Amino acid sequence: MTKLPAKFSDWFTAHGWEIHPHQSDLLARSHDPATLLIAPTGGGKTLAGFLPTLTELADNPPVGLHTLYVSPLKALAADIKRNLETPIHEMNLPIRVESRTGDTTQTQKKRQRADPPHILLTTPESLAVMLSYEDGAKTFAGLQRVVIDEIHALAESKRGDQLMLCLSALQSIAPNMRRVGLSATVEDPPALATFLARNPDPCDIILADPGPEPDIQILHTDSPPPWSGAGAAYSIPDVLKLVKTAKTTLIFINTRAQAELYFRAIWEAIEDQLPIALHHGSLSREARDKVEAAMVAGALRAVVCTGTLDLGIDWGDVDLVIQVGAPKNIKRLVQRIGRSNHRYNAPSRAVIVPANRFEILEAQAALDAVIENDLDGEPRGDGPRDVLCQHILIRACAGPFDADTLFAEVTQSGPYHSLTRPEFDACLDFCATGGYALRAYDRWQRLLQNPAGLWQLRDPRATRAIRMNIGTIVDTETLKVKWRGRGGAPLGEIEESFAATLTQGDTFLIGGQVVRYEGLREMTVQVTKGHKAPKIATFMGTKFATSTLLSTRIIDILHAGDWSPFPAHTRDWLQVQNRISAMPKPGRMMVESYWRDTTAYTCFYGFAGRNAHQTLGLLLTRRMEEAGLNPIGFVATDYAVLIWGLDAITDPAALLSPDDLRTGFAGWLAGNAVMKRSFRNVATIAGLIEKNLPGKRRTGRQATFSSDILYNTLLKYDPDHLLLQITQTEAMRGLVDFGRIEEMLTRIKGRIDHIQAPHVTPLSAPMLLEIGKVPIKGAAIEKAAAVRASELMREAGL
Amino acid sequence: MHGYSFILKSTNLTALSAGLLWWADRKLLCVSDLHLGKSERMARRGGSLLPPYENKETLTRLALAINALDPVTVICLGDSFDDLASLDALDTADHSNLAAMMAGRRWIWIEGNHDAGPLNIGGTHLAQFETGPLTFRHIAKVNSNGEISGHYHPKASVKIKSGSLTRPCFLIDETRAILPAFGAYTGGLKTTDPAFSPLMGENAIAVLTGAQALPIPMPR
Repeated sequence: MTKLPAKFSDWFTAHGWEIHPHQSDLLARSHDPATLLIAPTGGGKTLAGFLPTLTELADNPPVGLHTLYVSPLKALAADIKRNLETPIHEMNLPIRVESRTGDTTQTQKKRQRADPPHILLTTPESLAVMLSYEDGAKTFAGLQRVVIDEIHALAESKRGDQLMLCLSALQSIAPNMRRVGLSATVEDPPALATFLARNPDPCDIILADPGPEPDIQILHTDSPPPWSGAGAAYSIPDVLKLVKTAKTTLIFINTRAQAELYFRAIWEAIEDQLPIALHHGSLSREARDKVEAAMVAGALRAVVCTGTLDLGIDWGDVDLVIQVGAPKNIKRLVQRIGRSNHRYNAPSRAVIVPANRFEILEAQAALDAVIENDLDGEPRGDGPRDVLCQHILIRACAGPFDADTLFAEVTQSGPYHSLTRPEFDACLDFCATGGYALRAYDRWQRLLQNPAGLWQLRDPRATRAIRMNIGTIVDTETLKVKWRGRGGAPLGEIEESFAATLTQGDTFLIGGQVVRYEGLREMTVQVTKGHKAPKIATFMGTKFATSTLLSTRIIDILHAGDWSPFPAHTRDWLQVQNRISAMPKPGRMMVESYWRDTTAYTCFYGFAGRNAHQTLGLLLTRRMEEAGLNPIGFVATDYAVLIWGLDAITDPAALLSPDDLRTGFAGWLAGNAVMKRSFRNVATIAGLIEKNLPGKRRTGRQATFSSDILYNTLLKYDPDHLLLQITQTEAMRGLVDFGRIEEMLTRIKGRIDHIQAPHVTPLSAPMLLEIGKVPIKGAAIEKAAAVRASELMREAGL
Repeated sequence: MHGYSFILKSTNLTALSAGLLWWADRKLLCVSDLHLGKSERMARRGGSLLPPYENKETLTRLALAINALDPVTVICLGDSFDDLASLDALDTADHSNLAAMMAGRRWIWIEGNHDAGPLNIGGTHLAQFETGPLTFRHIAKVNSNGEISGHYHPKASVKIKSGSLTRPCFLIDETRAILPAFGAYTGGLKTTDPAFSPLMGENAIAVLTGAQALPIPMPR
């Protein structure tokens, strides 16, 4: 039991503060091997994490590293450094704090490895790089504590898996190292605790006082929202009114493209000089820094942003959060609402703006869930093996290792505790020989066993390439956008695939401005001021699907028939649906069929999320083609798939037969573009191909070739290869999301209500207006290319 | 086999959709940049261990064309091997496949920048080869006339409604033709690259390979 030393309590008193209960709880457990603190934003979470360190180091601290702080954001490391320096300075503590991120100079990094500070602030990737050096064991020898900030965010991606492998490696170097995780509200704290702690160490969970209930509402405007679309432009007058009632507002929008459009529309609607700004991941670092600085200085009244502001330091006095578009996921909504919880004891204020009719239902379902504190989340899968492959290579860089010892160490980490020895050996074999059925690399193995039985790099020069490739974030290939002939900082980035569709004179939105494409120079997109209506920049970003829990709640709302919270236009809409057709029911699937002119429409209300529905649409239309039902196209939303064709579907149950769907899936999946993208990520992380480093990409090289070629080659000659297995596993989640289809099939167990409606139904009508309809094609692409080619030849007079 | 026919120095030639050049009157087949042994070479140099199947893939595709056309002469236009040691790295199956293709026909290996030097394999080894009005060499020369070359791995894109389609391509004008790379593990250089501007004339076309041979004005 550690008590707060007098020096510290005096310091608290001098500021007129009192130590929070969760801060003293964490201090009391400072000798536990692992502790997880769950606290809302603004709850003094970081100080809680550092108090044990500061008290342990208050008198005569020994030389060397005591505490390692890891956060997902570089900016956070810099901010924490400033925050820590205040108490250290004011209490005159003999503690040295430094940060190490990608921005730290080489000399600085080298010195830090030889002479580390007491507290080192870093990111998962920087930590992995430090562990790849032979002197890592020396650097971390005296390590006592590690503090993981925003661990809930890290746990959502492979960065978390990599970090946990690194912690296991650290624990081998410093057996007494204690772990603390700091997290925002999550649905399953024990799972996060298991993720954090060394297996099988215990990990206490401290829940801080969540503060007062949030004040959360749905924006109901006089004019109803449109039937479809995600623009929500209708809401701008009301949103501006709300912004004027608050000091600072964060306006969250789900995608970058929508954020650009919404910002543009708000900008045009502002009559007075209301200072607002735009912030998203495709803007240049310089542009984002400027917005963040203005925010801290309190110079902005509102920021239109995407998930980029989900995390990070507290920005000024945010007292209102507006979520435009359906929140898709309750946990993220709660975390976003928390961004306005700047003062610990004031309730957060939040408003949800549905972008269309269906989103009114989703917004209501989300609001109910927030009030009932019913959080969603997909359970974490097992630690991904591509990350393990990278970890094995990192360990090889640091020096020879013993396979048995490394296996024991890896399985001590939460995400890999159920990894089997054969799975581990397959990863080791991949790193050593490539793991191919054709054993071609006996002479040129990457890793060799030395006479003592330890594994080491065959060619020590390989360390350089391996270090350059460290990290699990694989970016889509982007190009910088700059003003032509004006020099200066880039405006932002667009995806290479989008740039390829541009010709001179095309206009697009970036950073809220309309720009005109002039050409490509040295891998930079040159633009001038544009005037006409923009084409929209297509950022891949993440396309979130509505969570399972939220979908279930929507079905419950529809089925229960209590629509009193809804405005009259929404109630009317649902009542007409009930009269003409029916309502989706829990545990069943509703399927509606009707004709419009000579086209047969069928709508499958799967409630499995957009990505799974997209996949389902592709699978169903494939099966319809086989059955001679002549499908023409389909459209998928978060709630349903609408398919149209020349012939009516009479037996939807047969189309939805699970076994046939699974067989169809396996065949379809292999050639899928999403699979190729997943493969590229997996192959990059596992070290088969090198990461495209920003700015390092060489131009005019014919030697590099696309990862699609490797994918196709493996599929043809080595279909059981480890990397294809990993790619397949990933396809069950994410953009292909077959896991959600399986879940849906289990939920409905063949119980299908097929309704023949007299005409288009109110519930499915909005889908007819959706953009993103998928035409059924195949030979169609070749045909289009041929037509285009002959047009071009004719134009050129050739 | 689908192809695009054109005339160079009064010679009728066909750019095959599979990426090879066919001179029907002479029964001459020309292919460039096979880069056999690429994965082995990368591994030898301490790089990635790529799937070691590209030789099999490249040779299978080559055999397909040879069986279909039964050429009298085959010209490999350079960079047939990723380096001089790559030949030794071919496995026995690759060697016998190659030998079967070479048997009973004239086979000319033109030297490229990757495989310049002596190679211990049958056939004729030349720096360049002239026949009729045409010269076959690895790297194009700016002022040559009637030249067939490779080296650059040209590729081009054509825009269609649903995005754009990028394929390896032939580049053809009145004075020369540049062949696409045939090897399985080869990337490409976009025709918009400045390297092509001194070589290709005003009216140059690009013939995209793939399921069909698609001629378009060369994108610059």
